[in-house]
Amino acid sequence: MQLNRDDLKEAYRRMCLIRDFEDKVHDEFAAGNIPGFVHLYAGEEASAVGVCMHLEDRDAIASTHRGHGHCIAKGCDAEGMMSEIYGKKDGLCGGKGGSMHIADLSKGMLGANGIVGGGPPLICGAALTAKTLKTGGVAIAFLGDGASNQGTTLESYNLAKIWNLPAIFVVEDNRYAESTASAWSVAGTQTKRAEGFGMPGTEVDGHDFFAVWEVAREAIERARNGEGPSLIHVKLNRYYGHFEGDAITYKGDGEVDKVKAEQDCLKLFKQRVVETSLLEPDELNEIETSVKSYIDQCAATATNGSSPTEADLMTDVYLSY
Amino acid sequence: MSVKSYRQALNEAIRQEMERDERVIVMGEDIAGGMGAPGEDDAWGGVLGVTKGLMPQFGRERVLDTPISESAFIGCAAGAAATGLRPVAELMFVDFMGVCFDQIFNQAAKFRYMFGGKAVTPLVIRTMYGAGFRAASQHSQCLYPLFTHIPGLKVALPSNAYEAKGLMTQAIRDDDPVVIFEHKAMYDEEMEVPDEAYGIPFGEANVTREGDDVTMVAFGRMVNLANEVADSLKGSGISCTVVDPRTTSPLDEETILETVSETGRLVVIDEAHPRCNMATDVSALVSQEIFSDLKAPVKMVTAPHCPVPFSPALEDVYIPSTAKIEAAVREVVGKGH
Repeated sequence: MQLNRDDLKEAYRRMCLIRDFEDKVHDEFAAGNIPGFVHLYAGEEASAVGVCMHLEDRDAIASTHRGHGHCIAKGCDAEGMMSEIYGKKDGLCGGKGGSMHIADLSKGMLGANGIVGGGPPLICGAALTAKTLKTGGVAIAFLGDGASNQGTTLESYNLAKIWNLPAIFVVEDNRYAESTASAWSVAGTQTKRAEGFGMPGTEVDGHDFFAVWEVAREAIERARNGEGPSLIHVKLNRYYGHFEGDAITYKGDGEVDKVKAEQDCLKLFKQRVVETSLLEPDELNEIETSVKSYIDQCAATATNGSSPTEADLMTDVYLSY
Repeated sequence: MSVKSYRQALNEAIRQEMERDERVIVMGEDIAGGMGAPGEDDAWGGVLGVTKGLMPQFGRERVLDTPISESAFIGCAAGAAATGLRPVAELMFVDFMGVCFDQIFNQAAKFRYMFGGKAVTPLVIRTMYGAGFRAASQHSQCLYPLFTHIPGLKVALPSNAYEAKGLMTQAIRDDDPVVIFEHKAMYDEEMEVPDEAYGIPFGEANVTREGDDVTMVAFGRMVNLANEVADSLKGSGISCTVVDPRTTSPLDEETILETVSETGRLVVIDEAHPRCNMATDVSALVSQEIFSDLKAPVKMVTAPHCPVPFSPALEDVYIPSTAKIEAAVREVVGKGH
């Protein structure tokens, strides 16, 4: 399987969409236009898109509190997402979920998740459904380095392996669980943990879309062929704080600036496809421009949308009660 | 119609629903038993034999033995339910909720609301509860009030074999997450139960005795104790109504309020600890809605505010007894006008 020109354009479009979406949320949050708290994915785009480029609607993903990127990469409507983050009635979840609970089950997106380590067991369930109903689908849990230390995650590795589930665990290690360094909090290594459970584990540079795409292709193929679960340890960096408002005093001086200058996944992607003449600079610039104006439109729609009313408070608790 | 035990009634309900709908699967620790072991297959059929025989009939693909990993497999059941299966997961003892509650109350219960009404999670969690087995503090609790507290969950407490089959069938057919509490001291209790499949609607209480002097609202196994007391007090000229709410969520408030209005007296019997349990919930409901209809203060008969003890001498005084219930009824009947 190879990436053709359309695939490359689509991958770049999704990565730009995530970056601009997050930058917009950052600005709007700072301006006081967004309630609650938000956790931004900027800097990590190559991971979500590199994995989700292989997926279809029959495939499921579970996400994290830092979920906007996974949602966009899996095909959730960005306008509906923005409205959701603003708490509006037209939001993807009617304004009842917010940033940490964006979901679209019709797209196989089982939800961002406010509980660290909440997703891996759910993904075992989605994988069990795929296996039992023979849909040919796979299920992928995105989780952070913080969640990699939760019991739910380790139990899920075990369950996925002994039941030979079409599940993939993508550990996005952005080097900090909130303010705590993963270099300190994670005993052993992610790949050796995978090995301990008898499943393949691969480490990959999460700034490099092509590297992630390739590793994900192998793991997803294995799962689709009935060869069981895999783990991918994606090493990357987040550009913003744990949440918006985080002063990021725990990082070293110039740490993020250096990554932005040398390892930015969008820049690396652009450089690669232009140098190898896979795409023309104009084509990429056009994507950037159209994504920017689309994100402006998303924010305008969200700003102008109406809020839910008290009549919506008690709906959607049960199907029947 | 034939005589069936509570255990057989539950087994038959699950079996008939598995025959009707191939999306119904069951999973849990030792749910068949003997997985990977050299001896007998279907060795246990669940720790107390409720699911015995399902694996030979439906195969390992639909009757899944799990490792002892409640948070993984209960969460797995929630994820499977949200993506198209109808899992019946066994949480062996409800006391074990402590290791997997997040997957129940933060995930399964909230999908529908958080996702703006788009999620459907037809999950059933079967779990054992209740004292009387000399199983001590971590295998004997009645934690249904904790689940009742959570919006998004439905909670059923079958009080006999007929109720067990009907409520289990209903739970499997329901599209919302349901937790069904099986009292471990009732598995061998027998009665006439229809052979065909039937559901009992949630939120519709069963009035098991009708009387004029006092209403007893009782939950789960306590319904049987309340019935016994009602029958024996007839001889003393005290006529009792007994209400089995069947489900604590939804709760049939209407039947409770109607019957208490008629008798003017209420005794609530709940095997759970006394703080924030179903007895306090029903007492609050009645005081708030029909205080002026009461002829006497409400009386609660519950377990005490201590962990379930081990020693038979202690456990026997811990569990609400017919003697305590009768004393409470006599006390409220003796009061008022």
